[in-house]
Amino acid sequence: MIELQKATDHPLDENVVFHVHGVTKIYQMGEVQVRALRGIDLDLYKGEFTVLLGASGSGKSTLLNILGGLDSPTEGHVIYGDRDLTRASEKELTAYRRYHVGFVFQFYNLIPSLTALENIAVVTEIAQSPMQPEEALRMVDLGDRLHHFPAQLSGGEQQRVAIARAIAKNPDVLLCDEPTGALDSKTGIVVLQALQRVNQELGTTTAVITHNAGIAQMADRVIHLADGRISQVDVNETKLAPSQLSW
Amino acid sequence: MKALDKKLWRELWDMRMQALAIAMVIVSGVGIFIMSLSTLDSLYETRETYYRDHHFAHVFASLKRAPLSLVKRIEEIPGVDKVETRVVAYVNLDVEGFDDPVSGHILSLPDNSRGLLNQIYLREGRLPEPGRDNEIVLSEEFVQAHKLQPSDTISATINGRRKALTIVGVALSPEYIYQIAPGAMFPDPLRYGVLWIARQPLATAYDMEGAFNNVTLTLSRGTNEQTINEQDVIDRLDDILKDYGGIGTIARKDQFSNRFLTEELKQQRTIATIFPVIFFGVAAFLLNVVISRLIRLQREEVATLKAFGYSDLAVGMHFIKLVLLIVSLGVIIGIGAGIWMGKGMSNIYMVMYSLPYMIYVLKPQVIIAAALISMAVAVMGTLYAVYSAARLPPAQAMQPELPAKYHTTLAERMGLKRWLSQPTRMILRHVERRPLKSLMTTLGIAMACGIIMVSGFQEGSINYMVEMQYGLSQREDMIAIYTEPTSKRSLYSLQSLQGVEHAEGFRIVPAKLQFEHRFYRAAVNGIQPGGSLMRLLDTDLNIIELPKEGVVLTDYLAEMLHIKTGDMLTIEVLEGQRVTVQVPVVGTAKQYLGMNAYMRIEALNALLKEGYALTGALLSVDDIYQRDIYAELKEMPRVAGVVEHDSSIQSFYDTIAETILFFTFISTLLGSSIAFGVIYNSMRIALSERNRELASLRVLGFERSEVAYILLGEQALFTLIAIPLGFLIGYGLCAYMAFQFDSDLYRVPLVLGMNVYAFSALVVLLSSIVSAIMIWRNLAHLDMVAVLKSKE
Ligand SMILES: Nc1ncnc2c1ncn2[C@@H]1O[C@H](COP(=O)(O)OP(=O)(O)OP(=O)(O)O)[C@@H](O)[C@H]1O
Ligand SMILES: [Mg+2]
Repeated sequence: MIELQKATDHPLDENVVFHVHGVTKIYQMGEVQVRALRGIDLDLYKGEFTVLLGASGSGKSTLLNILGGLDSPTEGHVIYGDRDLTRASEKELTAYRRYHVGFVFQFYNLIPSLTALENIAVVTEIAQSPMQPEEALRMVDLGDRLHHFPAQLSGGEQQRVAIARAIAKNPDVLLCDEPTGALDSKTGIVVLQALQRVNQELGTTTAVITHNAGIAQMADRVIHLADGRISQVDVNETKLAPSQLSW
Repeated sequence: MKALDKKLWRELWDMRMQALAIAMVIVSGVGIFIMSLSTLDSLYETRETYYRDHHFAHVFASLKRAPLSLVKRIEEIPGVDKVETRVVAYVNLDVEGFDDPVSGHILSLPDNSRGLLNQIYLREGRLPEPGRDNEIVLSEEFVQAHKLQPSDTISATINGRRKALTIVGVALSPEYIYQIAPGAMFPDPLRYGVLWIARQPLATAYDMEGAFNNVTLTLSRGTNEQTINEQDVIDRLDDILKDYGGIGTIARKDQFSNRFLTEELKQQRTIATIFPVIFFGVAAFLLNVVISRLIRLQREEVATLKAFGYSDLAVGMHFIKLVLLIVSLGVIIGIGAGIWMGKGMSNIYMVMYSLPYMIYVLKPQVIIAAALISMAVAVMGTLYAVYSAARLPPAQAMQPELPAKYHTTLAERMGLKRWLSQPTRMILRHVERRPLKSLMTTLGIAMACGIIMVSGFQEGSINYMVEMQYGLSQREDMIAIYTEPTSKRSLYSLQSLQGVEHAEGFRIVPAKLQFEHRFYRAAVNGIQPGGSLMRLLDTDLNIIELPKEGVVLTDYLAEMLHIKTGDMLTIEVLEGQRVTVQVPVVGTAKQYLGMNAYMRIEALNALLKEGYALTGALLSVDDIYQRDIYAELKEMPRVAGVVEHDSSIQSFYDTIAETILFFTFISTLLGSSIAFGVIYNSMRIALSERNRELASLRVLGFERSEVAYILLGEQALFTLIAIPLGFLIGYGLCAYMAFQFDSDLYRVPLVLGMNVYAFSALVVLLSSIVSAIMIWRNLAHLDMVAVLKSKE
């Protein structure tokens, strides 16, 4: 199995899952340079539920994609456990995504030709110690929709299948980019409940991007991004349940 | 440039590889269309010009001997224009340094003339001086094969006397475009030639002074009142020549060389019809899928354009223009390729047949037809897609397409499901969701496979014909052909030659075979029953025992006459006493070459009311003595010529090797262009349709190879199904061609060896591998981040 190389120069606190250090990201658009991230320093802790807040274009997705091994920073380091993602090869990043990360996207990105159950199986078949696909679906309250194709599911249901798919491999981290962005408040809450349940029952480190400041109240920590920088970090003394959120 | 046109060019550039793959298929279609039609036109034109300029006769007759005074009677037959008499003989030839048996036809030339009819085309040198008995004009093929030149000498055994002949000229003749020795299976310019000599010495040698043994004539053009009835002239001539040992008059259409050329033209026409149809069909399908996909990707743009006030027609024309651009590219290159291949083919024909020149004819209609057919087919192929794009109301088009609906597939419902991984299920469901497209893709690849098989079929058929004819049926090493029917005793002198292991006599008699109103001129072969050298075989290759009485016919001849075993065949002998008899048909024999009737030699001789006579003998000889035996045979005055098979078969293979290579090259090129065009396009489209899905899987941690499996696995499935299907199609195509090529001259057996199947499968597999490699490289650039940002 391909594993990430050890980052010898960055000894870590064992509670820290991600250590982000001096990360910048510059997109070269022909003549123009877009500075999406301008020096991010950040630690994410084990079992923590973090919300990333910020205006459109502030760099949230860019940061999350870098954490998820989909993109690499122009400068700086991202240490995952004791390994450096920024030095990883394409194959190592694939393995990292395969065994350690669960993703949930704004547009679900389910495979249309596979049923709900199979969309999960497609991931568990290649994972190391996954849960049963049925069990994952039960966690998101979809135990009765196993054999529906995506085209036969509502948006909220599709998103919950996507969450089940993300958690079924028992990932170490769960990264969600606007998981409720395409949903109304009622379904959004159901989806958030599913995420919170996973976080609490499995202890999965969870990072959720949102535009919706209300959602921040269910997080352990809220990280505000502005113009490619972290502008503010709030720690919630008391977390609210999703059902209590003001949308 | 208008904005919409800019969009057109940009899109064309973006899909350049796909466009090129489609253009290649069109290139192939147009190319083969122009190649076959221009070759056909060229052959027709060349033949017509050659025949006209050289006064090729309309009617031909051979006889034993008639006085020149008979000419007047022939000229009086209504409808006859010009008459020319000749002295013609079949002779043994000798070229220094070449030990194999060589024979030839020697023809008389009028003084200082290239002939009145069937004029020779003098390529080099001059005509023989009148009266000179040692000057000849020799056929070009023979001269070239032996690397001879004017002033060289060869010798011929003319009526038993060996004579040295100096080549003074090199010529071709419309009568011998296809040159083949009597009794031989293939043309062999090393062992058969045609010679022309001054009339007087030849006549003297054969006791034909003031006489002739061959006559040809042309017919006058029919005037308005009376149209010339060719058959009528033939019947009257037959009647006149009957008393002079006439052995049957034939029309130009039955003249041997002309017949072969006509068959070749027929084959060319078959090729000109089937192949372009396949290519245009595939091109239409490809354009349809590619343009449909393009339009589906552009739903919103189409809607926006229409919202801005572009008309349906303008939007439709936009896509039609794109199609026409691709087609034009294909047509232009295709015309070039077609002309190149057409000239190549025509040249092959010019060399394969003895044609003095080749007039390459490229009719503008052919080019226009190629262009129009391609355009029409392409536009038709894309019309539906374009039509639905143009018709879509803008509001509806602005909406993203509904997510694709999938179902569990038949294979899964049948209980295979638990064995299938998710990626495999994705493959199957995707295939089943678009059954028509999957089917067409498979069919397209299968067509490619089938077309490649066509190239291998020629070689297999020839091998089989040779094996059947010479391995099993005619097993002699040499045939000695007598100058005239000779007594049975001649056989003993042959058998006594050192090295002759076995000799069997045969008798050949020209005859008109008739059943009901159908008739055919053929040779009746009297053969030795139970002989080991000449054996007749039935369809299952079992030896047919000739009964005491009755006749066995070549199967194709029986079919042609609609005669069955048990029916009475009328045999009108065209020689000697010219008896007409009724003989029961006792069976049919499988033969791929020529059409004959076979009887026991005693039975035949009895019919002829003559004693036991032979016209030749089959010999099996010890290899070591082959040369010596041949040398002795040449010295025998009774032996007019010797035919030996092995070496002529070898030389035939050598001559056609290049032709076969050319065909194999072209059909492989064509086949792989279809295979590549279909496979690459279908992969490209699959990639574009499933881009999002595949990128999502990459995000979830799938390796590039695992993602490639889903995409390429589908194509691999198509290819694997297509190959056996292609074998069927190829078999069908070859069978159709074999059937079309059948004639009384030869039947083409359908023999497809394992190597033919293997080769075509290999080419198809290679084409898919090349396409797969190209797609594999595209898969490296799947944009994972982009697919997360947008809805479909
Ligand atoms: N592939 C790209 N090429 C060029 N610029 C990009 C690319 N991706 C993102 N950007 C730019 O980087 C900046 C940050 O983008 P990012 O997607 O991270 O924003 P975001 O905070 O997720 O915004 P939103 O809330 O709208 O999703 C933006 O200015 C964007 O235009
Ligand atoms: Mg974003």
